[in-house]
Amino acid sequence: MLGIVGTVPEDNFPIISGTALLDDKHIVINNKRICVNRGTPAMIAAATKTLQYMNKPNPYCFLVGDIGNGEGCKSLYKHLTATLDKTQLKTLALHYFQPDVNLFKEFLAVINSISDRPTLIADAGFMYVAKMGGDASYFDLFTPDAGELAYLADEKAPHPFYTRGFILHEENQVPELIKRAYTHNNAAKHLLVKGVIDYVADRNGIIGTVNSPQEVALEAIGGTGDTLTGIVSALIETGRNIKTSSLEAAKINRLAGYLAKPDPATQIYDIISHIPQALEEVFKNQV
Amino acid sequence: MFKRFKNKQTATVQKHDRGILVFENTTEVIRAEKVLKDEGWDIQVKGPPPEIRSGCDLVIEFPLIEELSIIRKLSRVNVKPLQTVPVNSILLEPVDLLHEKTYGKFIMVRAANMKITVDKDTQLIVNVSGGGCPDVPYLAEQMVDKYLHDTPHPRDIGYTLCAYALQIAYDRVVKLCSA
Repeated sequence: MLGIVGTVPEDNFPIISGTALLDDKHIVINNKRICVNRGTPAMIAAATKTLQYMNKPNPYCFLVGDIGNGEGCKSLYKHLTATLDKTQLKTLALHYFQPDVNLFKEFLAVINSISDRPTLIADAGFMYVAKMGGDASYFDLFTPDAGELAYLADEKAPHPFYTRGFILHEENQVPELIKRAYTHNNAAKHLLVKGVIDYVADRNGIIGTVNSPQEVALEAIGGTGDTLTGIVSALIETGRNIKTSSLEAAKINRLAGYLAKPDPATQIYDIISHIPQALEEVFKNQV
Repeated sequence: MFKRFKNKQTATVQKHDRGILVFENTTEVIRAEKVLKDEGWDIQVKGPPPEIRSGCDLVIEFPLIEELSIIRKLSRVNVKPLQTVPVNSILLEPVDLLHEKTYGKFIMVRAANMKITVDKDTQLIVNVSGGGCPDVPYLAEQMVDKYLHDTPHPRDIGYTLCAYALQIAYDRVVKLCSA
């Protein structure tokens, strides 16, 4: 089963864990309805749409409310550290979260103690803290955008906010940044870099790129990276290898965006709703 | 297009006459920065040295000689640093590049990992994206579909470095839209 860990942008939202259901523009977990606008709920919705298309079980999610003060995340770190080894997850995707190196390392120790440890995917706050703590290479896949890739490539930056200018200027040289991230052991085993061109890479170099369809407005739309992480996590959960899943996910996410006919004011659910059609198109063309 | 929003980095020179104020969280840093800058103190927000770094952190670098008066000023507004230490290593500089992109009537500004997109004609914020800390979806929820002049500011409702970056992007887009 695919597990997803993340946050909901609400104060006083308790820790919940359970299987996610989709209901129009909401996900529902243990009778809690959460609006799908961006962040982890958007990722869960995209993963659920993909898993449903592939006739697989919906994701099992661990969520907590946090508006940035880190209180909810601290509670969920503790909850996960106490309970995660009792779950049977094949894939675990870690998403929006407060970076806290000490609590993260305790959590990682629990994951490491699981005999058949899940495939590990990180994006957003979990990707930041994995790099901060020197644990990036323990992960199987990161899904950064170009700015976040620059952060991974900057061995001195503890957060994207401190990425040095000379590295940020290399935005258009993604392959160089990928190489630099691996040189300093600040990348996961695989990278899916989202951008004008999507890159899939590992330590040996670029595995493949996806550059169509092109919808320039997608960069401005909150949640398009979240949907990509959701789709690729779901495809990996089905047993496909990480490289193939990453290339397919990039195509599906771009196509769903294209089908939504977006402008910079488009909201993410409009794109999520086109994921099944995009899956159909991508997999039909592979037959 | 990239734009530098502050003077070029000067961190390569170690400054023995400077200290750092360490706070419990980024919100406190943002409050202290505002108070001290409004009073004209020569302070800068920086990344903490590795020995006290725990995650999503900022510190305030200040002239050590003015420690007492700075602490007094902050205590009057109920902002209390956890500790004050002299600078004995090179502090990290915040990212100093802004990226601007126009899509027809929309303009997007990115600072570090945060992006804000505004309809130039109406000044309506149509999207906020990027980032990885949990206040990003919250900030987006609070700011999207609001006009630039009546949206809450990230520095007032956010907590993390992502919120700080979004404030920088917001300040730039306000300037661009009012030009």
